[in-house]
Amino acid sequence: MTKNMIENASPADGQERIGVYVCHCGTNIAGVVDVVQIAEWAASKLKHRGVVIAREYKFMCSSLGQELIEKDIKELGLNRVIVAACSPHLHEKTFRTACANAGLNPFLCEMVSIREQVSWVHTDKVAATAKAKAMISGGVERVRHHVPLDPLTVPINPATLVVGGGIAGIQSALEIADAGFHVYLVEREPSIGGHMAQFDKTFPTLDCAACILTPKMVSVGSHPNITLLTWSEVEKVDGYVGNFTVTVRKKARMINEELCTGCGICQEKCPKKVIDDVYEAGLGYRKAVYTPFPQAVPKFPVIDVPNCTYYEKGTCKACEKFCPTNAIDFNQKDEILTLDVGNIILATGYELFDARRITNYGYGRLPNVFTSLEVERLTNAAGPTNGDIVLRDGKTAPKAVGIIHCAGSRDRNFNNYCSVICCMQSLKFAHLVHERTGATVYNFYIDMRTAFKDYDEFYQRVLEEGTLFVRGKVAEVSNVPRIESERGKLIIQVEDTLVGKQRRIPVDMVILSAALEPRKDAKEVAKKFGISCSVNGWFIEKHPKLDPVATMTEGIFIVGCAQGPKDIPNSVAQGAAAAARVLGRIEQKQMALEPVRASVVEEKCSGCRICNGLCPFNAITFHEDRMVTEINPALCQGCGTCVAACPAGAITGTVFSNDQIMAQIEGLLMLNVEPELIAV
Amino acid sequence: MTDSFEPTIIGFTCNWCSYRAADLAGTARIKYLPNVRLIRLMCSGRLDPTFVFKALANGADGVMITGCHPGECHYIEQNYKALRRFQLMRRTLQGFGIEPARIRLVWASAAEGAKFASEVSSFIEEVRALGPLHWGKNGSTPSLAPEVVQEKVEVPA
Repeated sequence: MTKNMIENASPADGQERIGVYVCHCGTNIAGVVDVVQIAEWAASKLKHRGVVIAREYKFMCSSLGQELIEKDIKELGLNRVIVAACSPHLHEKTFRTACANAGLNPFLCEMVSIREQVSWVHTDKVAATAKAKAMISGGVERVRHHVPLDPLTVPINPATLVVGGGIAGIQSALEIADAGFHVYLVEREPSIGGHMAQFDKTFPTLDCAACILTPKMVSVGSHPNITLLTWSEVEKVDGYVGNFTVTVRKKARMINEELCTGCGICQEKCPKKVIDDVYEAGLGYRKAVYTPFPQAVPKFPVIDVPNCTYYEKGTCKACEKFCPTNAIDFNQKDEILTLDVGNIILATGYELFDARRITNYGYGRLPNVFTSLEVERLTNAAGPTNGDIVLRDGKTAPKAVGIIHCAGSRDRNFNNYCSVICCMQSLKFAHLVHERTGATVYNFYIDMRTAFKDYDEFYQRVLEEGTLFVRGKVAEVSNVPRIESERGKLIIQVEDTLVGKQRRIPVDMVILSAALEPRKDAKEVAKKFGISCSVNGWFIEKHPKLDPVATMTEGIFIVGCAQGPKDIPNSVAQGAAAAARVLGRIEQKQMALEPVRASVVEEKCSGCRICNGLCPFNAITFHEDRMVTEINPALCQGCGTCVAACPAGAITGTVFSNDQIMAQIEGLLMLNVEPELIAV
Repeated sequence: MTDSFEPTIIGFTCNWCSYRAADLAGTARIKYLPNVRLIRLMCSGRLDPTFVFKALANGADGVMITGCHPGECHYIEQNYKALRRFQLMRRTLQGFGIEPARIRLVWASAAEGAKFASEVSSFIEEVRALGPLHWGKNGSTPSLAPEVVQEKVEVPA
């Protein structure tokens, strides 16, 4: 039975000349797998399977390693190449390019992952070596069935979609627009600006956030190449790199943007005050018709329908009465827009950790415990207190302030990761509180992390200003005094790990440097755009070091905090980096894709139509006249579900054909059947 | 022989999630048992049930099928088709008189390296407890021994 299958499956020209290249990866592979023995084994024991040469080399991916392959292809006439090294996701392109350089079709090269799947995950050297042999045997069998292929090319639509109008998204949008290409910037809130617009000062230079952000926001708003869609959300994404079709819901503002001049009279006259949970972090009020802040871009306000008196009671219309341009439109409906774009940049940002979850810190229960975002608003000159740092009563300046680092970060109960910005942000608060109130400031930290340009210098500066630092994780913030001097204060209970003592420090105000968390709907968004989230919920990049802004889905890029916690300089750098990647694509005008596609061999198709209902991309059509099915290669995404379903074997899938996989199964199990093949 | 039975497992992985979970297990140096050999497919929907039977017939003692979590398929919904086929395969195996527990379906996202590793190890132990399958050992002679093949296939010089 097995015999027949192999004979049927093989193209059986017997002319395969295979080269096997085993990489040491320094000691990464060679430390666990006996690479020298494997190369000898492959050369002798797999000779009858077409292996002409087998070599091992320290670093196959180095230029010397690649030259080795190229030389063998030319001199030994290799027509198939196996590279046993790392994951194909890392170096498949490298080795395919090497083959192409030597005149061999790149798709005749196959990688076997003996690092990620063997040496890094197994410790038993004998078993690991045996497994590596089996995998190489599988690779050799598979590659014999490879056929030369041409990459698919798709045109790239020069328009780009940027989702999220924080600083990272703004940067991306401006870079691309400045280069002369069209950008659609979609923002969920009524204005762009993101979290940065809420800040007062930015570390370590202490320049005012509004001063550096507002000009950029204005450029976005007025840029001829940017279509700004605020108060809008992406509903659906179809298509693939180069040709995405994006459905955007432009929520009804109840304001006619054509007529509105942004004069602000409606906000002045609106009688309804609403607590502003978003921009003012719950510390201030806005009206039911509002722009989040005076510098908002665009300048058009939004009517907050659930809170508007007119929608509630049917009367009021104060805004309409006073609007000088008749821009209020209570009957406006959501608009559904369809955008055609070639690439998408996701800059959806972060959400602040809900500090209520750490019950022993008392946020939400003890009034004078604040979160970092609240303090950003308190320190902001345009904030609810005009920049006065005061207690919850709105007037008393604190005499002693405790800043608790890592609230919700580096804590097994909440988030294991470091939120990156909190140390520097806490130092900034320490400086601002000290400067504006003269209060004594305590910082409670686990470790100080000030690792970036000019950050440690800022730390030194704050130290010199007399801020006090206590190394230890705060156990509790309470309002229950034990001695008279603690009465009316918040008492911070902490183990000072440098002194080795428990301390109780009475303060008037506690600031929790709360963690950055992924957006609540990050998973849904990831699903919508076809990318994945890490265990913590951040979007996963293509490679953590070498490809930090691309994702596994071609044409989708991630920037800013959506990818992981980061500060403003890094968000901007990523925003620009993604823009550069997109611009590179646009300039190329087209892009090569992996030619993984299914196609129907008409002579074999019986017209049973089993495959017809399986394709989610509508790539399969049935021709009633000829009673055969056809697959549209432009729509096919190459999942192979129809290939697996065809009872007649009439559908073939390139790169992952039945022959290739069947042969790989045989190869992987060959050593089980033929134990003598294992020995050298 | 039987007391030191080491099962052989063939694992089918999806290019977008579980193959990356295996990569992640590697980069994180999470250890698991070496009895599994992985095959990469573009999607769990690509899994032709024939592949599974072929693997078992060729000497695998168990087959692990892995894919994206329901609702997270890179190709929208093809992992549901894998789920359907998995149920059919279990029934077919039962009809053959083979324990359905020799095939396992695991959802593993690209972030779940640790889950992937622990599922592999636990499946290996489960199959070890079931014992060797011995399918294809009786009757059919292995086809790939050098001497046999040399008769059939012309080896290039």
